[in-house]
Amino acid sequence: MEETIQKILAGDRRTAGRLITRLEDGEDWGREVMKRLYPRTGRAMTLGLTGAGGSGKSSLLNHLIQRFRQMGKSVGVIAVDPSSPFSGGAFLGDRIRIQHHTRDDGVYIRSMASRGYLGGLARATTEVLRVMEAMGFDVVMVETLGAGQDEIDVIRLVQTCLLVITPSMGDEIQALKAGIMEIGDIFVLNKSDLDGATQALRSIEAVLSLKAFKQGEWEPRVISTVATSGEGIGDLMEGIMAHQDFLHNSEAMEQAAFQRVEQELGLIFRDELERVIFKGLKGTGKKRRYIRSIIDGKSDPYTVIEEILETFLRRR
Amino acid sequence: MDGHDRGAKVIASLLKEAGMEVVYLGMYQMPEDIIKAALEEDADVIGVSYLSGEHLVFTPQIIKEMKKKGLNDVLLVGGGVIPPEDIPALKKMGINEVFVAGSLTHPIVEYIESHVRKR
Repeated sequence: MEETIQKILAGDRRTAGRLITRLEDGEDWGREVMKRLYPRTGRAMTLGLTGAGGSGKSSLLNHLIQRFRQMGKSVGVIAVDPSSPFSGGAFLGDRIRIQHHTRDDGVYIRSMASRGYLGGLARATTEVLRVMEAMGFDVVMVETLGAGQDEIDVIRLVQTCLLVITPSMGDEIQALKAGIMEIGDIFVLNKSDLDGATQALRSIEAVLSLKAFKQGEWEPRVISTVATSGEGIGDLMEGIMAHQDFLHNSEAMEQAAFQRVEQELGLIFRDELERVIFKGLKGTGKKRRYIRSIIDGKSDPYTVIEEILETFLRRR
Repeated sequence: MDGHDRGAKVIASLLKEAGMEVVYLGMYQMPEDIIKAALEEDADVIGVSYLSGEHLVFTPQIIKEMKKKGLNDVLLVGGGVIPPEDIPALKKMGINEVFVAGSLTHPIVEYIESHVRKR
């Protein structure tokens, strides 16, 4: 384990690749490594990209990597794609759009399958972000899977969150009204060369204008881009940097760190609880019997869980 | 122009349907690109699809790069348009298995499952 930790801190890709797999598989060993890496994390600039499938997240990501590389920054990327609910397999295609940087040693890309985890990320994404920070990357970017529904976990995970929308999503913008303020620090209207862009821009701005911002609160920016041609990428970088400056010069950075750890804590807690409790049931046939008793109407899931918890707590 | 990545994409989706996580890299990948991706993604298997007769040139390069990076326990499988008479040469170079165009999915999945490194 000592060797793994030293290699990760030295930025070794092979070791990181292996560690990430073991974290994805939820191995005990991975958790022990994380304990040791944790103090070395939390120093990178972290960005999130979320938005519906086909909105151009990967293409924008490609441009952003290029810009950060020009600034001499090393970049880690986590790209999440959905797993098939039927086979458990996944087609992870984000690397196709990040071609230009695949051979650059200052860029590390890791694809992750969601494996049924909801919220737009994979269960281990939080940990992988920490691993990339420990490896010493200056910037780490997280691209959520793009179902366009509730990929909101990323907001609490990263410092600056970009929500990518396209002109064809006019109705979605309306539907997002309720929560739109909370999703993005920056709204990217990509494919802004398409019909309806002006109207879409107006409707986002209209939604944003409904909110009364408190003094010292970040007012989300709306930036138009065309990822295919690179138009607007300069403005987008400027927006990202402005948000980072804002964070650094306010209490918001501390708040962001607080939210991240809070989410992390909840996640690890749930994971650990499930693991510890069900470990005792494994191989005993008890889980099967419990399920059977629920189906047969002799019990119900609530009573079963209460029983399992009580037995567990008494044993302790 | 006419979708020369069709075969690779079909294989990728079939492997996905078999429960595997497939990182798809797209066309025109050089050996260094493939190996860097395999390393970062901690791939158990590298699958390469050849189309225009470059298999005898690139296979040794990929294997050399794999050895250089220590990917000795990673399975290398090739496919696509490969004349059957070239298969022995490819295997001698170190490719683990070759599935030419027209292969059925089942044997590919079975081969991978029975030969992949154990976690």
